Amino acid sequence: MKPEDIKRSENKVYCKPELLNDTPMHYCPGCSHGVVHKLVSEVIKEMGAEHIAIGVAPVGCAVFAYSYIDIDWIEAAHGRAPAVATGAKRLNPSRLVFTYQGDGDLAAIGTAETIHAANRGENIAIIFINNAIYGMTGGQMAPTTLEGQVTATTPYGRRVDLNGYPLKISNLLAQLPGTCYVTRQAVHTPASVRKAKAAIRKAFENSLAGHGTSVVEIVSTCNSGWKMSPAKSNEWMVEHMFPEYPLGDLKNDTER
Amino acid sequence: MKQEVQLMKGNEAIAHAAIRYGVDGYFGYPITPQSEVLETLEALMPWETTGMVVLQAESEVASINMVYGGASTGKAVMTSSSSPGISLMQEGLSYIAAGELPALIVNVMRGGPGLGTIQPSQSDYFQATKGGGHGDYHYIVLAPSTVQEMADFVALGFDLAFKYRTPAMLLADGIVGQMMEKVVLPEQRPRRTDEQIARECPWAVTGRPEGRGPNVLTTLELDSARMEVNNHRYQATYRKIEENEVRYQEYFTDDAEYLFVAFGSIARICLKAIEDARQRGIKVGLLRPITLWPFPTKEIARLAQQVKGIMVVELNAGQMIEDVRLAVEGRVPVHHYGRMGGIVPNPQEVMDSLFANFPDADK
Repeated sequence: MKPEDIKRSENKVYCKPELLNDTPMHYCPGCSHGVVHKLVSEVIKEMGAEHIAIGVAPVGCAVFAYSYIDIDWIEAAHGRAPAVATGAKRLNPSRLVFTYQGDGDLAAIGTAETIHAANRGENIAIIFINNAIYGMTGGQMAPTTLEGQVTATTPYGRRVDLNGYPLKISNLLAQLPGTCYVTRQAVHTPASVRKAKAAIRKAFENSLAGHGTSVVEIVSTCNSGWKMSPAKSNEWMVEHMFPEYPLGDLKNDTER
Repeated sequence: MKQEVQLMKGNEAIAHAAIRYGVDGYFGYPITPQSEVLETLEALMPWETTGMVVLQAESEVASINMVYGGASTGKAVMTSSSSPGISLMQEGLSYIAAGELPALIVNVMRGGPGLGTIQPSQSDYFQATKGGGHGDYHYIVLAPSTVQEMADFVALGFDLAFKYRTPAMLLADGIVGQMMEKVVLPEQRPRRTDEQIARECPWAVTGRPEGRGPNVLTTLELDSARMEVNNHRYQATYRKIEENEVRYQEYFTDDAEYLFVAFGSIARICLKAIEDARQRGIKVGLLRPITLWPFPTKEIARLAQQVKGIMVVELNAGQMIEDVRLAVEGRVPVHHYGRMGGIVPNPQEVMDSLFANFPDADK
């Protein structure tokens, strides 16, 4: 195939999502956030929802999500995104309202807001990036940090007698009648990326259909925080994270 | 047209006035002495009539962030609480101020610090007028002294909040919240339509329509130079508010030789004391700040050139007195009489405080 043939639109197999703008991302090379941002952008565009989408950004690495995806955004205080989304969605029921949060934001400081938004069955979607560490502040222990995992605040490894256990908050949320869809995905292989995208689409469709709260947990890497190469991070995630946080649907109850 | 006079609590008046103003959403959490606001709204079911959303949140932290989320979309949104709950809201208030969002926050004050008491107090003056949360900010603070003002200041608070894109606080106390008085409620107004919001609030996060770029409501700016520009913009708004929105009421000040300065319910007790004193020929007046921020600094400075002394009476250890002294700039003595812990003085005690501090007043 000649170069000019490659450029022909019928031969195009991939392009940058239209809603993902040209702002250089601040994410580290190898970070899962970039892939998930791409999926969120693609899903919103494919649903034709860019004119009704309201994203709620967290405090954490994804604090600048609003800089990259060309939709309307609200930047919430640390942990408060589900409450902010509740206010936005209740007053604008026709809108696609979703939060994008990390493990510290969602499962530590924002636990109350997360649990209660889900328990009320708010018609919002929650994209939950679980990389078992605080990335933005420099690699401190998160509620989802694994036992024995070395972080800046557990330099000798997380000790459950001192720091408690890795919090499987998605399992908790799946118990609540307010949630309709709770799933755990990853984005480390092309196949997992496709599955994660389908999960995000289902979550967004649920919130527009008024089925209740949907949660898409993405088990993710943080190679900077973990102090590993991107390739090694993926291996470590498969070996250590997946046994603690197994992938798959925890709840899929959208037919009710 | 004949106006319908009703008898109700201050807290109930706020709920009725909110529906009639066309408020879009109320988010709140029970706390004494203001729970009647949420209770009345739930009983009136405005979602069946005006479409107003009423939601009991899991905490005051959640309430204020629901307000933040709702206000971000250009809707008229409010919450109410009492002192300890307002403390929990300080983070959210700082974000709402920094986001330049209109919203109404009602604080029906009780005595503190700590869990304190459920009895009335005015000890959140500093918190309300000096910012309260982190960062350099102010918001408009209205101090009602009657049930009628509880109702009227809902509309005033929202009007000012939208005019300047700033939160407004209705700073009441447990007396005004709990006592029953006559009130004439405002006429029912329609809630604003989405088209109206899009026109009047071009900044609102509504979902980006065809032809406009994304609206992003953020309070984060890591570039110091730009963050300073943001701060200058906030301060410019505050200067404009200080210039245009000072509200106060004067009583018997024309010939006053001594002046009381008091706000909220205690101002009415001062007024009773003044009426008694006037019958004895003692020339004493009252200035009642209605806006605590912006503060009636110029008006107090003017009266300081006329009177021999000023008594600041508050249900706290002495908070507003600092702003009065800044206004007076040492021209005349300024003294304080305050009760705390939920104790409310009677008119005689108020007058005695004047005589104790200014013996010449009791001629």
